[in-house]
Amino acid sequence: MEQKAELETAETAISLKHIHKSFVLPHERQTSIKGLVVNFYRRKRSYEKQRVLKDISFEVKKGEFFGIVGRNGSGKSTLLKLLAGIYSPDSGNIQIKGQLTPFIELGVGFNPELTGRENVFLNGALLGFNRKQMSLMYDDIVKFAELSRFMDQKLKNYSSGMQVRLAFSIAIKINSDILLLDEVLAVGDASFQKKCFDYFRKLKKDKKTVVFISHDMNAVREYCDRAVLIEKGKIVLSGSSDKVAKEYTQLFLNSGEAANTNGKRWGTGKVQASVATAKVQEDTVQINVTYRFKDDVQNPVFGLSIISPVGVRIFESNTKWKRIKTGDYSKGEQVRITWDVPNIFTNGTNYVSVAVANEDATEFYDWWDEAAAFVVDKDEITTAVTLAAHNVGIHKVHAH
Amino acid sequence: MKRFFSKQNRALLAELVRTDFKLRYQGSALGYAWSLLRPLLIFLILYIVFVKFLKFGTGIPHYPVYLLLGIVMWSFFTDMTTQSLGSIVARGDLIRKVRIPRWIIIVSSSMGALINFVLNLLVVLVFMIVNHVGFMGSAFWLPFIFLEVYLFALGLSLFLSAAFVKFRDIGYIWEVILQAAFYMTPIIYALSRITDVTLQKFLLLNPMAQAIQDARYEAITRQTLTVHHVFNGGWYEFLPLAFVVIVLGVGGFYFRKESRYFAENI
Repeated sequence: MEQKAELETAETAISLKHIHKSFVLPHERQTSIKGLVVNFYRRKRSYEKQRVLKDISFEVKKGEFFGIVGRNGSGKSTLLKLLAGIYSPDSGNIQIKGQLTPFIELGVGFNPELTGRENVFLNGALLGFNRKQMSLMYDDIVKFAELSRFMDQKLKNYSSGMQVRLAFSIAIKINSDILLLDEVLAVGDASFQKKCFDYFRKLKKDKKTVVFISHDMNAVREYCDRAVLIEKGKIVLSGSSDKVAKEYTQLFLNSGEAANTNGKRWGTGKVQASVATAKVQEDTVQINVTYRFKDDVQNPVFGLSIISPVGVRIFESNTKWKRIKTGDYSKGEQVRITWDVPNIFTNGTNYVSVAVANEDATEFYDWWDEAAAFVVDKDEITTAVTLAAHNVGIHKVHAH
Repeated sequence: MKRFFSKQNRALLAELVRTDFKLRYQGSALGYAWSLLRPLLIFLILYIVFVKFLKFGTGIPHYPVYLLLGIVMWSFFTDMTTQSLGSIVARGDLIRKVRIPRWIIIVSSSMGALINFVLNLLVVLVFMIVNHVGFMGSAFWLPFIFLEVYLFALGLSLFLSAAFVKFRDIGYIWEVILQAAFYMTPIIYALSRITDVTLQKFLLLNPMAQAIQDARYEAITRQTLTVHHVFNGGWYEFLPLAFVVIVLGVGGFYFRKESRYFAENI
């Protein structure tokens, strides 16, 4: 019995016990001594204590791919920074066995005035590797980044794509026991995202201990063995990644948060979208947009695009491309446009941007990002950017 | 202690010092030569004003070298503290994104100042030879005196840099304090010109004054008033040293306490 207990603890890579963390948010931050003196004299120190994490406990086993999911502001980034040792907990205990490499951001400490080569070594040192260890990894890094010719140039002469490639190569070639990954890693263009996901798959195959923070439920379902769901600083659920992903999606459906987002909006305002809704109905997504005319307009172009949970534009259409004459409108009139789009979307929150422009789409009357959102919760999953309904047939063929 | 100088920390320290050194004179035509030129030019100005015009050095053998050594030690002290002061805030992006021991940032910026100091000492050495300063066996004490200056500056750097995260006034305050301290330290004038013994004692309580006078005494000329002479060998001649220990202790303690919250406070 005792032996078994010992074996279990030996396999623990990360253990968190009753972690509390709060931030003091002064209403007006005192960064001068005068301010401090004056306020002290007045006996009025206005600040708020914001409790970001409350009694967080969990364990990550060696070789496990562990997910931390939660909405924006739930405290998951704070938790990641605590694990990385950047913040200290107010109370509680964090134990980490093995070398931990945090990738909260790629290319930390990159200096534009240094050459690519110097930056590799500097970045490596910041992640805990000395020159000798880095020299062993150096050729691999450069080869993977496909930047051999540029390593003696200053980083400021690199394109932003080259910089990301270099930073990413360092990240994936670095060998450490435990990795902390923030999903913000997987930004960038589609081919870069694919590289990231290939890397995640490799980590999983190699049985690396990984803590992965995400709100992309497909990725969580695909890679994570277990996960915890954090809501308002507390762990509300911990268990299999499927269970947690399901609960997370439910959280969005219930809160109605997805429906009122406030994205960027611009345009001349001659015509304005007043209401935009999106509803998932079986195999289609129906989007309704109501526009109000503040001027006489002929043949306006109505359009929309849909952004996937990971930020990829999945669908885009407008009445011009569909060669639809929309007709003439006079001031004060309203029109409702409905779109039925086959549900090719992946699990999570998809955002709808709506727009209206003049006849040749040279003047935008209104462009509204994230005007509406809808949550997809399919049983099937994918790591691609779309998931169309499809069937699979399995026919055993017997040789005679 | 072992944890302090682990392989990783040493590697990181080396890398940060290397980077700082490479970037320091970025874009200047003379580059590293400025490390030597700057104190030399300042020395030249002070020499012309105080030695040639105001005749401050009369009665002290090798006064130019005497003056230069004081300036070089003082520059090291001011360079190190002013560079360290803003270094935590300046490296804010690192502190918020990776876990590195915070003290490494201070030590790395102190190393930059230390490298400069060693280069400047070479200049002093050249002047000593040119000025026919005879070699003294007691110069053996110099490394210990310099170590004292380094530890004093380190203690202050730790305190100032941590305080600067919370109160940006510290930068201006320190600038003024340094200016006042420059005149309260016998750098351009000889301590013997002050006739009031109580004032001499008071000025020598400053570890910088004590260290500069000791260094001059051990390496340049015996005609230097040191803390040992002024205090007549009483136990309080060790007060400056005690101050260094206190400053280092308080600075280290305060830095350690505050460093846990650097990432959130910057």
